[in-house]
Amino acid sequence: MFRNQYDSDVTVWSPQGRLHQVEYAMEAVNLGSATVGLKSKTHAVVIALKRATSELSAYQKKIISIDDHIGISISGLTADARILSRFMRNECLNYKYSFDTYIPLNRLISVLGNKMQLCTQRYDRRPFGVGLLVAGYDENGAHIYQTCPSANYYDCKAMSIGARSQSARTYLEKHLDELTSTSLEELIKHGLRALRDTLPPEVDLNTKNVSIGYVGKGENFKILDENETAPYLALIEGEERRGGGSGGAATEAQPADPLREDAGDEGPQDPVPAVAMDTTD
Amino acid sequence: MFDITAPAPPLWSNGPSPGAFYNFPSLQSAPSDFVTHSQAPVTTATSIVAVAYNNGVIIAGDLLGSYGSLARYRNCPRILKVNDNIILGAGGDYGDFQYIKDFVQEKIVSEECLDDGVKLKPKSLYCWLTRIMYQRRSKFDPFWNNLVVGGIQDGNVFLGTVDKLGTAYTDKIICTGYGAHIATPMLRDALDRNPNPSQAEARRLVEKSMEVLFYRDARSYSKYLIGVIDKDEGIKIEGPVEVPTNWEIANFK
Amino acid sequence: MSSIGTGYDLSASQFSPDGRVFQVEYAMKAVENSGTVIGLKGTDGIVLAAEKLILSKLHETGTNKRIFNIDKHIGMAFSGLIADARQIVEIARKEASNYRLQYGVNIPLKYLNDRVSMYMHAYTLYSAVRPYGCSVILASYEENEPVMYLIDPSGVSYGYHGCATGKAKQSAKTEIEKLKLGNLSCKELVKEAAKIIYLVHDELKDKNFELELSWVCKESNGYHVKVPDSVFAEAEKAAKQAMEADSESDTDDM
Repeated sequence: MFRNQYDSDVTVWSPQGRLHQVEYAMEAVNLGSATVGLKSKTHAVVIALKRATSELSAYQKKIISIDDHIGISISGLTADARILSRFMRNECLNYKYSFDTYIPLNRLISVLGNKMQLCTQRYDRRPFGVGLLVAGYDENGAHIYQTCPSANYYDCKAMSIGARSQSARTYLEKHLDELTSTSLEELIKHGLRALRDTLPPEVDLNTKNVSIGYVGKGENFKILDENETAPYLALIEGEERRGGGSGGAATEAQPADPLREDAGDEGPQDPVPAVAMDTTD
Repeated sequence: MFDITAPAPPLWSNGPSPGAFYNFPSLQSAPSDFVTHSQAPVTTATSIVAVAYNNGVIIAGDLLGSYGSLARYRNCPRILKVNDNIILGAGGDYGDFQYIKDFVQEKIVSEECLDDGVKLKPKSLYCWLTRIMYQRRSKFDPFWNNLVVGGIQDGNVFLGTVDKLGTAYTDKIICTGYGAHIATPMLRDALDRNPNPSQAEARRLVEKSMEVLFYRDARSYSKYLIGVIDKDEGIKIEGPVEVPTNWEIANFK
Repeated sequence: MSSIGTGYDLSASQFSPDGRVFQVEYAMKAVENSGTVIGLKGTDGIVLAAEKLILSKLHETGTNKRIFNIDKHIGMAFSGLIADARQIVEIARKEASNYRLQYGVNIPLKYLNDRVSMYMHAYTLYSAVRPYGCSVILASYEENEPVMYLIDPSGVSYGYHGCATGKAKQSAKTEIEKLKLGNLSCKELVKEAAKIIYLVHDELKDKNFELELSWVCKESNGYHVKVPDSVFAEAEKAAKQAMEADSESDTDDM
C-alpha cells in the first residue's frame, strides 16, 4: 500500500527532501468541499459549499466566527478545524483581555502557523488535516489568509481551497483586478460565481448548500442565514456557468481533481498528492 | 507581625495554653514553606504629575531616589518614552520600575521586529499594565508602583494610571503619591476655571505643581524631567529642569 | 549515496554502516529545493538578499518574507521550509530578548549563533523529531564590525565573508567569489547582491520571483532593516540592466 518507505512518519525526510506525511495531510484539504475567500479594500468575504452526509442529515457547517473582526472557512477534517478555531478564539480573547484591542490578523496567523508547525516535526503528532481561509479586518485593512497543514500560510488577494477549487481559482485570477474597489454585493457575487464554477454541471448553489460570511470596516463578522443568502443567490441566478472563463487558452491546465467521496466504489487507491509540498517558501 | 506559628502565651502557669490542649503537638505540622513577598518598597521615587491638554499630554517627575527619608540617589529618571505614541511615568519602588521598564521596552523591540506596521497604543499599554499590576497584587507580590500612561491614540489624547493594587482609571489630570494630595486640588481648581488648556498653559500648571511639591514634599527634589507628547509636535522628554526656589520666604533664617 | 533505501536512512538517530546520518542529509535537500538566499559582508556592514519565488498570482505581494528581524541589530535570512524557519526565528528572538533582560546589553551574534546552532543540532539527535528543513544566515553589525554566520540543518555553522544557500547556491557562490568583498561598501554590495539574485534565478523552472534586500550597517545605524525604497529601486534597476546586457552579449555570440 505504501507509495514508498519514506512516508510512514512525519519525522522522516525523503531522499528528495520532502515530507510525505505532510504532503498527504495537504491532500485532506482537497477532500473537503470547496470554499472561496476574497476581499476588497473595505470587506473580506468567505463563501463555502456545504455538504450533507445523507438526506436526513443537516448540512455541515463550514464557516466559523472567531472574533468580532475574524471568521474562518474550512476545508478538510472538521474536527481538526474545531481545535484550530478554539485556539484562535482563545488567542483573540487573550489579546483583547491584555491589550484592550483586536488582534491584528497577521499576528494571529503567525501564532497559529507556529502551533501547526509543531505537529509536522514530532513523531507523536500528525499534521492538522485542514486548510483554512481566514477573513478579517484590522487596522491594516481587509485580509484573506490561507493556512495549510504544512503550517504554511499565505496573505492572499483571493483564494479558494477544497475539492475542485482550481476552477474557482481560475475565476478569481481572471477577475482579480475588479475586486479591489468593488462593493460588498459585487464581492459576494464574484465569490458565488467562483464557487459555482467548482460544481459539477448537475449541481447548483442553493440556500441550503451555500454559506456566506463577511466582515468589513466598522462591521462585525457575520454569517448570513438562509433568508439572507437567498437574495445574493438570486443575483447570479440564470447567468451562464463557468463565468465565461472556459475560453480554452485563458484557463490554466487543471489537474484532475475528482470529488474524492465519489470515488469510493473503485476500492482503495494509492494517495497521489496533486500538490507537492511547497518547499520553496 | 503576628506570628501564627508561635504558640499562644499560657493563660496560667503549669497549665495548657489555649489550643495546645486540643491540638496534640505530634499531630501539629507547622507550615514551613511560607513565602514572604515584599511588603514595603525600598528605593522610592515620589509623585508624578500629569496633565492632558487640548493637543497632548504633559508628564513630570523628579529625579530623586529616596531611601526612606534619606535622599539617596539624585539621578533616577522615571519619565520614559515607550514609542512614538506613548510616554510612561512611574513613582514608587525604583527597582520595580526598572524591571517594568525592561519588559515594556522588550515588548516594543519585539513589536518592531515584526515590522507589520502595528504599533503599541497607549490604551493597550495601560490595559496591559493594569492586568500585570492586578495579577501581581493577587499573588500578594505587587510591583510597588504608581504608573502613569500618556499618549495619543487615533488622534485622541489619552491619560491613565494604575497603582500597585491594580486600580486603574483615566482622567484629564493625574497626580500620584504626595502629589495626589497636594497637586490634584490645585490642578482641579485650575482646570475648573480653564477646562481646555493649551500646551503652554498646561506646562505652567505642571511646573507650578512641581514647585509646590518641592516645597511641601519632604521626599522630593528640585530637578525633574518633563515629558510632552503632542499631536503635532510629537514626543520629547526634556530635562533635567530645575525648580526655581526662593528660600527668602522661609521665616527661620 | 549507495546506502539510500537500505533502511539506515529512516531515522535521525541512526547511523548508516558507512558512518553517515542520512536524515540530516535529506533535510539539506529540502533547503536545496528552495529559492536562493545570499549574504555579503562589506567594509561597513552586511547585505542580505533573497529570491522569493511567487507561487500564485492570488497571493499578496510581500507575503511570506524570507528575511526577518531577530533583534534591532540582527537580521536572519533563510532558505528551506518557511514554517520551520519561523520556528527558528521565534527561538532566536527569544534568545536575543532573554539575553538583554539578563545582561542589559544586546546579544553578541557569536553567542546567538552558538545558541541557535545548538538548538538546531538537538533536532538531529533523536528519532522522535526530524531535523529542521532550513538553513539560516544570521547577520549583524556590532561595534563597527560586521558579523555573519550560516547555520545548516545539521546544526553546523561557520562565519562567512560571503555565503549562499538554496537552489542556486553553487552558481551564487561562484558569483560571490568574483567580488572583492574586503573593499566594497554596503551601498555597492546591495547592487551586487541584487545582480546575483537576478543572475542565478532560473527563469525556465520558476517563473516569477520577488527580490528581497535588507542590510545591517553603518548607514542604518547598526539596525537591521529593509533597504530604503530608493536604494532598492536603484539596485533592482541595475540588476535588470545587467541581465539585459548579459542576454544581448549572449545573442551576439551566437
